[in-house]
Amino acid sequence: MNLNEMLSPAVKKIEPSGIRKFFDIVSEMKDAISLGVGEPDFVTPWRVREAGIYSLEKGHTHYTSNSGLIELRNEISAYLSRKSNITYNPKDEILVTVGGSEAIDLAIRALVSEGDEVLIPEPSFVCYKPCTVLAGGTPVTIVTKAENEFRLTPQELEEKITPRTKLLILPYPSNPTGAIMRKKDLEAIAEVIKDTNILVLADEIYSELTYEGSHVSIASLPGMKERTIVVNGFSKSYAMTGWRLGYAAGDSAIIGAMTKIHQYAIMCSPTTSQYAAIEALRNCDEDVRYMVKEYNYRRRVIVDGLRKIGLDCFEPMGAFYVFPSIKKTGLSSAEFCERLLYEEKVAVVPGNAFGESGEGFIRCSYAYSIESINEALKRMGRFVKKYI
Amino acid sequence: MEQILEILEKDSRITPEQIAIMLNKDVEEVKEAIKKLEDEKIILGYNTLINWEKTDKEFVTAFIEVKVTPQRGEGFDKVAERIYKYPEVKAVYLMSGGFDLAVIIERKTIKDVALFVAEKLAPMESVLSTATHFVLKKYKDEGVIFEDKEKDDRQVITL
Repeated sequence: MNLNEMLSPAVKKIEPSGIRKFFDIVSEMKDAISLGVGEPDFVTPWRVREAGIYSLEKGHTHYTSNSGLIELRNEISAYLSRKSNITYNPKDEILVTVGGSEAIDLAIRALVSEGDEVLIPEPSFVCYKPCTVLAGGTPVTIVTKAENEFRLTPQELEEKITPRTKLLILPYPSNPTGAIMRKKDLEAIAEVIKDTNILVLADEIYSELTYEGSHVSIASLPGMKERTIVVNGFSKSYAMTGWRLGYAAGDSAIIGAMTKIHQYAIMCSPTTSQYAAIEALRNCDEDVRYMVKEYNYRRRVIVDGLRKIGLDCFEPMGAFYVFPSIKKTGLSSAEFCERLLYEEKVAVVPGNAFGESGEGFIRCSYAYSIESINEALKRMGRFVKKYI
Repeated sequence: MEQILEILEKDSRITPEQIAIMLNKDVEEVKEAIKKLEDEKIILGYNTLINWEKTDKEFVTAFIEVKVTPQRGEGFDKVAERIYKYPEVKAVYLMSGGFDLAVIIERKTIKDVALFVAEKLAPMESVLSTATHFVLKKYKDEGVIFEDKEKDDRQVITL
């Protein structure tokens, strides 16, 4: 029996992640410095970890309600109200998920069917396309540009809208570019879609990590709440990647549909993580401020360093990535990354791992100590010198 | 100012050039600010935090609770001064609660500490009583955990 033939055509259409090769090389290499990691270097704040441990000691080891603990949904509702000034009913407008990733998958599965087009600005995180394909939809890429600081412009959006457009993904602050959308940028986008039937999936997982001005959610703009599904989570803001906890907030019709899939596929999110997350939302504003301040220092160090070694690099205002152009070197993204790894033992991620439009760029994460960043910059400087 | 102090408090070896980049400021401006902080004795020194327990150095640390009679016009300051001028005294704090002064002292042996208390501290005129506690082990000092077991266990590349 040829098992490959047994696989679903939709799954066969999906490409495996493009960084496996680098991962294998770096893992074997001694003294390699990686700027390739997409998660915080901070360990989860102790008070959050302790809340998780305490919940285990008390014997909270069972399922929770499908939607998540009501105490947690109350806290999420309070958080969204204080951060974005949007009111979500914790009873039926919030769903606690296994990371932001599950929320993205659920939203797409709940909305997209055969023939529906999903607009995906690129370069962007890698899950939107495969999730769309698995749901039977058609991903439509919108290429965002370095000269626009990788923001989505209303013109670029308008050009790609067709009668079949169902959903716009709005992944800001952006992994991998570090771009953000300011209020006026979002207003322009809202203006384009307000007279259409297009819904918005706002992936705001990096919303706490902005460096000049606070994050604005498109859902907070007039008329946008009901057509927006906000996805957020605890991984980046509270350094809780391994806890696998996120959430979606939106209209009860959509959250209800997502809850249906979630209840059959997942049952409920991990109970320990949910208890820990309550502590995070209640008492960790100070921890978040501390981490953001540290990221901001590193952001300035890495942007300054990359520019000094001769790479063009727009100033990222969110997340913990910087996305310099390597076009000057004459190398492709893959060549650059591979040679940098072999010649100087520094690992960064080729920009085209985040869509074809990322070709000519690399993603450097600054979720590292300043000492590591400085050492990596020194090595990258030696490397780049050979090519420009 | 405050940010410069926070950065230096964590790592006093960091250069003004690096601080300037971290805070998006001019190097000269940062140098001047540091000079001013030193002149105003806001920055008092650049110490190194050492885990002496890992060395062969023999020493004991004691935490002494001291009850004193405050003096007219001087309050606790005069007696505090008499105590903190001894070089073996590492720290002196005025406390609220059950006693008045907390004195931290470091000596070679327990006997040395006892001698200090018996011969210097207790006989001082305004000192009413003392209670000496010896430190058995330091777990964390100045915000630093001495034997931190947490390390970076992230996957080397993730998207």
